[in-house]
Amino acid sequence: MSILLQQIVNGLVQGSVYALVALGYTMVYGILGLINFAHGEVVMVGAMVALMVVQLLITSALAPVLVLLIALLVAAMACMALGYGIERIAYRPLRNAPRLAPLITAIGMSIVLQNLAMMIWGREYHPFPALLPHSPHLLFGAIINDVQIIIVLVALAVMAGLLLLVHRTRLGRAMRAVAENPGAAMLMGVDVNRVISATFMLGSALAAVAGIMVSVNYGIVHYYMGFMLGLKAFTAAVLGGIGNLRGAMLGGLLLGLIESLGAGYIGDLSGGIFGSNYQDVFAFFVLIAVLVFRPSGLLGERVAERA
Amino acid sequence: MPRNPMPMLLAALLTIALAACGKTEAPAVQADGTTELVVKIGAAAPLTGPQAHLGKDNENGTRMAIDDANAKGLTIGGRKAHFELFSEDDQSDPKTATIVAQKLVDEKVNGVIGHMNSGTSIPASRVYSDNGIVQISPSATAVAYTAQGFGTAFRVMANDGQQGRVLGEFAAVNLGAKKIAVIDDRTAYGQGLADEFIKSAQAHGAEIVAHEYTSDHAVDFTAVLTSIKGKQPDLLFFGGMDPQGVPMLKQLRALGVQAKFMMGDGGYTPELIRLAGTAAEGAYASLPGVPLAQMPGGKEFAQRYQAGFKQPIQLYAPYCYDAVNVMIAAMQKAGSADPAKYLPALTKSDYDGVTAKIAFDEKGDLKGGAITLYQVQHGKWQPLQTMGGASAPAAAH
Repeated sequence: MSILLQQIVNGLVQGSVYALVALGYTMVYGILGLINFAHGEVVMVGAMVALMVVQLLITSALAPVLVLLIALLVAAMACMALGYGIERIAYRPLRNAPRLAPLITAIGMSIVLQNLAMMIWGREYHPFPALLPHSPHLLFGAIINDVQIIIVLVALAVMAGLLLLVHRTRLGRAMRAVAENPGAAMLMGVDVNRVISATFMLGSALAAVAGIMVSVNYGIVHYYMGFMLGLKAFTAAVLGGIGNLRGAMLGGLLLGLIESLGAGYIGDLSGGIFGSNYQDVFAFFVLIAVLVFRPSGLLGERVAERA
Repeated sequence: MPRNPMPMLLAALLTIALAACGKTEAPAVQADGTTELVVKIGAAAPLTGPQAHLGKDNENGTRMAIDDANAKGLTIGGRKAHFELFSEDDQSDPKTATIVAQKLVDEKVNGVIGHMNSGTSIPASRVYSDNGIVQISPSATAVAYTAQGFGTAFRVMANDGQQGRVLGEFAAVNLGAKKIAVIDDRTAYGQGLADEFIKSAQAHGAEIVAHEYTSDHAVDFTAVLTSIKGKQPDLLFFGGMDPQGVPMLKQLRALGVQAKFMMGDGGYTPELIRLAGTAAEGAYASLPGVPLAQMPGGKEFAQRYQAGFKQPIQLYAPYCYDAVNVMIAAMQKAGSADPAKYLPALTKSDYDGVTAKIAFDEKGDLKGGAITLYQVQHGKWQPLQTMGGASAPAAAH
């Protein structure tokens, strides 16, 4: 029983990370219909920048939590600048090109960022100092530590904040207008370019938060860390219904749980025919099933059809 | 049909420019009128991806040997030789490895040092064999690598048959583990080593309570570790490399599992201790060969490496250094850098390397390879004992 509970806790924590990253994918897709494959790399840059700040401040007398908050702020700003830059350089010139073109520049951007990061921060793995308490808590036999609790809470808070922003603010209304029909939005006086830039910057700031959460949880930072995370988060976004904020959250949590329970039990349940090597297969199998039977994802795309 | 010819033109120009960069200089004419012999040494390792730090270490070791050989002004068959390094990135991916191998073949290299992983060395070895190019892997330890009967594939490190046997025996007998859990990363190396380990551990009376799997790109192992925790093993063996070993070890301890943790040569790196911190304490790993400090030229090599590359040796650099030198020695003995001509000399190698005395058996495996077991004690890898190997001295504590 405690093992099952532990697997659920594992899945929720892992799923919250996927969800945080998936929100970035889904926001951009909701507005532009573009899959920003460089998003995983933005997560990595956020982690790297945060690590640099932490290394600078770790010797100071500041409280560890304060150091982490400063690092978060700097990383978020760096990522916002990066997100803005990516959109200006790689996507805006292709705004009216066939959909395949920006997809290719997105993949190119991802490779460029990875290699730049490798040149700047090197090939080695960097340890990320434990700034938050890692003390374990026993929850009906399952172990969960403070960092993991914080990850789940932050993911929930970020999603709630985003929903508020999209549905309750002027910027949110402009974003929804652009998503529905960019041309009409422009005629109504919405500065489409500004809204799109703001979306990218917001998504990138979220990526910085996710990057720091991952670094604090695993304690390791590497230039390659964004790649697999990006793919999984993309899967989560599609699973929940890409373009839908609640869907990204649901998809992330579900994917985390599927992976965790799948890897934990498939070996014993199938009598050793399937093993935990099917962990990823299991997750992607669910994705295929969802795409076949509900192509718009579990919650479906909330954005209206484009003209 | 492109509407605008400019991009095409630019692309064409770029291709020409790049092609010009790749062109090698014409051999310099020596004072005595003979031309300098250019010897092309290919090298392949993952220079990007999760194992990039290890791959770069391999490249550094190879480069050091080539720079040394050039500095010495060696002659092959009476002609002054100039060695050139052609380093390729195989991304530790079997598919990329064959592409890179073909690239090196097209470059007409005289020999290849690589690949780093077993999973890449095995598919690449067919390409080299088909083209008659000699391949010496510094670190591919999977038994299958030399078992294909190619005749062009060599290695300067003991294989996983030997390593897995020693690890399994050490776990079951010396550490007294009764219930053992195993995880492998499904690569040729991780799977091969885990299988040999399991056979040996079972033969020595231990029970394998779980065999779980991961990949060489994974970072989260809590699911399989939780499943393993339920089976309460005394020892967890991981067949894989340090990028997975570090988070696995940390997550294992975070889940409150106190089982002993053991890896093969993929875990014996300074990174494991640096990154896993206190979680690394007490972990076991093995490395074919004797400890660096006990290698014939180990200390001096480590100092020169540190001075040259401003970082400590990660793992296989000394083996790469030896692989190049044993290849060059064979070229000198045969008086030719032509693979077909120096191959017979290579099979009869008897070379005193930095890591060990290097001689090959009929398969291309290292003769009498020793295996040393290490444990992390007070934040340092300490040699425990050296098993196997004719010339292996007993490890000092």
